[in-house]
Amino acid sequence: MSAAQSQAGQAQSGAEILLRALKDQGVEVVFGYPGGAVLPIYDALFNQNAIRHILVRHEQAAVHAAEGYARSTGKVGCVLVTSGPGATNAVTGLVDALMDSIPIVCLTGQVPTHLIGNDAFQEADTTGITRPATKHNYLVKRPEDLARVVHEAFYVARSGRPGPVVIDLPKDILIGPAPYTEATVQHASYRPRTEPDPDQIARAVALLKQAKRPMVYTGGGVINAGPEAAAALTAFVRATGFPITQTLMGLGAYPASDPQFLGMLGMHGTYEANLAMHGCDVMLAIGARFDDRVTGRLNAFSPDSRKIHIDIDGSSINKNVPVEVPIIADAGRALEALLAAWNADPRQTDKPALTAWWRQIDQWREKQSLRFTQDPTKGAIIKPQHAIRRLYEISRELGRDTYITTEVGQHQMWAAQHFPFEKPNRWMTSGGLGTMGYGLPAAMGVQIAHPDALVIDIAGEASILMNIQEMGTLAQYRLPVKVFILNNQYMGMVRQWQELLHGSRYSESYSTALPDFIKLADSFHAKGLRAESVDQLDDVIREMLACPTAVIADIAVDQAENCFPMIPSGAAHNEMLLGPEHGATSAGVTDAGLALV
Amino acid sequence: MPMTDTTQRSATISVLVDNESGVLARVIGLFSGRGYNIDSLTVAPVDQEGRLSRINVVTSGTAMVIEQIKAQLDRLVPVHRVADLTKDGPHVARELALVKVIGTGEKRVEALRIADTFRARVVDTTMQSFVFELTGAPDKIDAFIELMRDLGLAEVSRSGVAALARATRVI
Repeated sequence: MSAAQSQAGQAQSGAEILLRALKDQGVEVVFGYPGGAVLPIYDALFNQNAIRHILVRHEQAAVHAAEGYARSTGKVGCVLVTSGPGATNAVTGLVDALMDSIPIVCLTGQVPTHLIGNDAFQEADTTGITRPATKHNYLVKRPEDLARVVHEAFYVARSGRPGPVVIDLPKDILIGPAPYTEATVQHASYRPRTEPDPDQIARAVALLKQAKRPMVYTGGGVINAGPEAAAALTAFVRATGFPITQTLMGLGAYPASDPQFLGMLGMHGTYEANLAMHGCDVMLAIGARFDDRVTGRLNAFSPDSRKIHIDIDGSSINKNVPVEVPIIADAGRALEALLAAWNADPRQTDKPALTAWWRQIDQWREKQSLRFTQDPTKGAIIKPQHAIRRLYEISRELGRDTYITTEVGQHQMWAAQHFPFEKPNRWMTSGGLGTMGYGLPAAMGVQIAHPDALVIDIAGEASILMNIQEMGTLAQYRLPVKVFILNNQYMGMVRQWQELLHGSRYSESYSTALPDFIKLADSFHAKGLRAESVDQLDDVIREMLACPTAVIADIAVDQAENCFPMIPSGAAHNEMLLGPEHGATSAGVTDAGLALV
Repeated sequence: MPMTDTTQRSATISVLVDNESGVLARVIGLFSGRGYNIDSLTVAPVDQEGRLSRINVVTSGTAMVIEQIKAQLDRLVPVHRVADLTKDGPHVARELALVKVIGTGEKRVEALRIADTFRARVVDTTMQSFVFELTGAPDKIDAFIELMRDLGLAEVSRSGVAALARATRVI
């Protein structure tokens, strides 16, 4: 405030007030791309050093980079784009952040207020377009609203169920003088509930204590609730001795190496996780939303279980699956309350039943549903799973803090299956929206936040081309991101579905006319590497990890490999397909299942 | 009503929102985007300063869908309160309709006679036409319109439902 008072009399422009509000909100980095409508902001950025601007090559990448930054730090990611095409290009990133509950504030330029609605140059109805793409959005029409709106936007983005918020900024508001106001604590209508209802916690503990076949199922909500929530989850699960599975978004909140962890569940989850979900009698769901990729056929989903659901978003509870004990609360606060109530409760668990349940789970585990066979002979083709396993093992030898992002498709599922995480915030993937092209810009954002960490984008050769222009950003800021491409020359997941569900008619899924990734890397001032057979793999991985610059490692993998296990659409958890390792072939899928996507 | 009940019910939901631009679009967009029905919708400012608006939505769905609609409305940032008037207790719901009837002779007389029994007021008249103003529960208005169909019904404009909980309850 003192700085403001010393400048009293010398009115600050809207753009300066905007930056001051960002700074007060703790923003250190903005990912953006300039244009006519936001030039006043870029001018203000030019005159200060507090906020660093990262120039991306496409506005979609700015949002994904901010997502990577947000997911790996727990802070709000900040984006700055111009009006019209700048804003529309950002929309995919915004929806991605909305689906995965990632806190983002996206500043969009807008034509001056007197031109709004006139089809002016680079005008788009940004608040109209982004209304269903954001948690909330604002159009600032009066200078006196500007600072308040910025503070409010950050509060809305990070509190409750986090999400993206857009602030549309007409150019005249940025140029003209504006007053500064401090952030206020309370919002008039938006007050997310974080503390659990003690009565519901007591009901949950009573259910859990008498469980014979319990199952804990957690999602991205635990990650969003911060490292304390992951610690509380770990303490609670260990105190109970219950098995735990996680969604794609939830990986890392519980150490994957722990014997109580059954691996990921859902469409490409493990056999033991899905069968345990199907067969459990009490389910504790925390910060997960019973997504269709998790539940499979809804009317066959965990039919005999009594369900407890903890979520900060009341609309996630009873949306897809009716539950008996709903608890609207922050995952961390609820887990702490659960642990305290569990420890204070004198009732004993049903030890013989739990022993029998674990014996059953161990039998399912013996299936080794993620098993694959890598031919070790020289010149043998690389199995994609093997490539990820080796990437994990070799990177672990280095002992560096390692962050993984992915694109979308088979490689993403293999990464989730074969690259285990011990800590939260180390795994960034596009879960809800399934956005190809997410991984490279997200990795960029992670590397900006963690300059000394090892950041790897596990990619496919099709996805990586969707935001390949960001190699330029890596070069400009000397970001040593490693792009690890599992190159099967197909849109692999599309190819897999076509093989299993559409009579092997590979319509438009072959990646023809691929670039030479070594030359491509070279032209973007990065290192290009290629492994074509299994004997070259380890050397390429080691060289990639040792390289001080950005790397593209092009790993030629088995074109025909499919991602198993798989629950076909419209099937139940206990109807999952296992791979050829288990003597299985493609199974019949009903037309109804096909329509479910 | 248990969550697994699949029978459809009608629900009158009142929502207190900030009276700001775009707020109606948020509410309507939520219904269309998620595939919920809107059978009727009214909106107007309701406090002296004009800062708050009340939106009344009549919708229908299973118990699970209605609960979902309420939860989705409740998490919109400018929403202050959401009340399910149908579920929370007795309520009064009223609608205003303007009904134009064109005709002469016996039918014109009959229209006026029926309007009288419905306590509809004549707010405009020519030698060939009436505009009736009618207030009441939606089914009363439906019944009136149905009776006018044979008597020269030409045009209807309905306000949509305004609703309040009975007795001392407020949202």
